[in-house]
Parts: sequence; C-alpha cells; structure tokens
Amino acid sequence: MQAVDNKPVRDWATDFDHTDPEYGARAPEIWDELREKCPVAHSDRFGGTWLPTRHDDVSRIAHDTEHFSSEGVVVTEWKPEDLAPIGYAPPITSDPPFHALARRLLLAAFSPKEVARWETTARQSCRELLDELLGNRGSDDTVDAARQYTQHIPVRVIADMLGVSREDGDKFRHFIHRVLETPGEVEENVEHEDTLDFYLERAIEDHRENPRDDLIGFLLNAELDGKPLTNDHVHGTIALLLLAGIDTTWSAIGASLWHLGQCPDDRKRLVEDPSVLPLAVEEFLRFYAPVTMARIVADDVDLDGTRMHKRDWVLLPFPAANRDPEAFEHADEFIIDRARNRHLAFGLGIHRCLGSNLARMELTVGIDEWMRRIPDFELADPGAVRWSVGQVRGPRELPLRLLRVADSAEAG
Amino acid sequence: MRILLDHDKCQGHGRCYALAPELFESDDEGYSVLKRDGDVPGDLEDKARLAADNCPEFAIEVVE
Repeated sequence: MQAVDNKPVRDWATDFDHTDPEYGARAPEIWDELREKCPVAHSDRFGGTWLPTRHDDVSRIAHDTEHFSSEGVVVTEWKPEDLAPIGYAPPITSDPPFHALARRLLLAAFSPKEVARWETTARQSCRELLDELLGNRGSDDTVDAARQYTQHIPVRVIADMLGVSREDGDKFRHFIHRVLETPGEVEENVEHEDTLDFYLERAIEDHRENPRDDLIGFLLNAELDGKPLTNDHVHGTIALLLLAGIDTTWSAIGASLWHLGQCPDDRKRLVEDPSVLPLAVEEFLRFYAPVTMARIVADDVDLDGTRMHKRDWVLLPFPAANRDPEAFEHADEFIIDRARNRHLAFGLGIHRCLGSNLARMELTVGIDEWMRRIPDFELADPGAVRWSVGQVRGPRELPLRLLRVADSAEAG
Repeated sequence: MRILLDHDKCQGHGRCYALAPELFESDDEGYSVLKRDGDVPGDLEDKARLAADNCPEFAIEVVE
C-alpha cells in the first residue's frame, strides 16, 4: 500500500482529511465543532474538497442535481470526467434525466415487499453466525463482534440476491476495502484475477451460459428504451449492488452493538420491551448513520456565501446532518424510543438509498437475533475498538465481553 | 383531519407506511400511496401526525 497524501491534519476547518484515522475515531465531535464555527469546511486535499455539516446545506446539495453531479460519489485522487449522466455505476453515479430510467429498473426488486422475502435467509444467517461465535469464544468470554458477526450478515443476503456464491464473502470485503475504504492509497501488484472487474466478468459470463432467475439474470434481460442494457451498464450496476450494501450495513449493525455495549439501560429496554425495536432501529440509523456520499460541483455555485467551483469535490455527510440541533430535538442524545425522527441516513432526494429497505431489515434482524441470544454484554476494551476511515463509518474491530447468553432454544 | 401527500417530494423512504399502514401503502416501486383518499378517522390522527413527523422529505402535510 502506498499513501498518496498522509500529512497530518493541521486544522479540521481548513485542512480536513476524511481518510485520517482520527476522523474515523471521532467524526461526530469534529462535525459538531465544524457545524458551530464553520459550518462548511474545506480542504485542498484530493484536488479541493468541501465538507458541509448543517442539515440545511446537506439537504440543499442532495436536492440540487443541477449544480451537484453524482458523476463522482467517492472522493479519491481519481476524479471521474465526461461520464455524466450515466457514470460508472448506474444509477448511483447517474444524473437526470438518465438516472430515473436506470433507477426505475431496480426499484421493484428492492421494494419492501420483495425485501421481506429475504428476511428468513437473514435470520438464519445470524443464528448460524451466533452459534459459531459462541462455539469459538475464548475463556474470557470475549468475541470480536465486527469480525465474527456483523461483517458477514449482509454478504450472504446480497450473494443470494445476485446469484453468486456466498463463499466469496472474503473477496467482496477485499474489493470493498480497496474501492471504498482506502481512497488515496494505491495497491500495487494486484493480479487481474484478483480484481472486482475480473470477478464481475466471470459472474456475468456464467449467467449468460446458465441463465437463472436472480438479479444478474434480471439485468441481462432488462431493456431501456427497447434495447438491452449495455455491458458497461450491467457491469456497473452489479458492482454497485455488490459493494454498496455490504460495509454500510455491517457498519450500522456494528455501531449499534458498540452503543449497546456501553448502555445497560438501552440493552435492558430492548430485552424487556422488544416492541421498541423499530423505533430503536431508526435512532441507530440517525445517530450512527454510516454513509457519507459525495458530489462533484457541476457549475459554480454559492452555498451560504461560500463559492464552490466547477469540478470541486463535495462530501455529503448525512450523519453530520443527523446530529444538527437545528433539525433534531436533543440532537446529541441517543433516545431509543425517539418518535419524531426525520433522519437522512439513507440520503435525500432522487438518490435515496436504493437498498434502504434491505439495510433496515438486516439491521433489525441483526440486532434482534443478537439480543435474543446475548441479552447482556459490554465493551471488553474500549480502546481496542477500531473504526473505519473514509466515507463509510463503523467499527472494524469490536471486542465485546459476553455477560449473559441464552441457549438457542430459549432465544428462538 | 386530512393528509396531503406530495408525490414530487416522495422518494420512497417508506417511513409513513411502516408507521401508519392504516393510512399509507407502498406502490410496486416503494413510493407512498394514500389510503382512504387521505381521510383520517379520529382514532388515527396521532398516527397521521407521526407519519408526517418522520418523513425525511417533508412530503406529508396534515390538515386539521
């Protein structure tokens, strides 16, 4: 690995770096500080990047697709050019008017009704993972909830939906790490056989030879304006479906367990009153929203008196907006049964997360199954928790000490 | 009480039909559709307000 720019951050308002481990570890504090004094931070890194922190600004940018293009959604040294309005992974990288067509193709497959079909699979996966985790726990009753539980949950469901092997989970996580978590770092000596491109080519080829009824099969048969999708479109969309739903959901489940590991009252509430879970899930999503998207300025524009120039990067930190006291009562408090919650964990506007129903189901099931089986636990070593860096935030190492375990019959 | 739903603002977050399935439902693509033509019976007024207060896009208006 080779870091392109790893100079320490001098000042978060004028030189922030979202790939700095300090940002990963204490982003919420940094957003709060910036929101009060800045509120739109800037950095020369990555060729010039903006970081708004107020709900109003994030909302305005998300809704203004004329000035803010989705041609680039991950801030890296490589800035996509001349790819709009389709982009390299439609529809997330697409702009109007093409965006609506590419999105409409996929909406039904991710509707609440369709997603509900996968709940049994998700629950079964969680139970298997918990059996394994409890079977392997050390003598001190500690486990790494990130490595042994949360990171595996979304992989199995999306593999089944796409029609690729569940056994490829390690590969997917490796692709994700390369594409999303280490922007600015260049991995050297990667064999073509080890790349996402190669993996997708093989998966598409396999589906052409052995047609079947899954999402890849669906895309190969789909038409836009009476014509089959281009190979680039199919390829980009599968890459999106594979990458976007894994570390995001894994981060949300992990951050929720990190929270519960420190809050005995919230653990108790979930055990004694499971009906609070739907509200708790929305509050986990608000407080620990994992995803920050990005845009490229399409045309010079003013935001709060700040002049943003064509081709600048703009980060869209939905989690920072979720903690804006102008938009939420007691924004800095986690309230497990918060009733009024207009959080934007899944973004706003036309790019609302396509997989939001799937993510919500997996988060609900992941917490529910854990709490049934392990109703009491705590952080084993708060200092040993390691947070990801980049635009998807969640714990990547999460040592928990198990305080009470129900047997599987009792949990079921 | 009546509910007004702005279809141009709705992006299919799905909060309303999860919280108030008596008043909203999902179409095939996940966008919200009003049930009962937006008419809210007395015993569902709290649910109507809850749905409006949870819409991230401010697409739902409750008219008392």
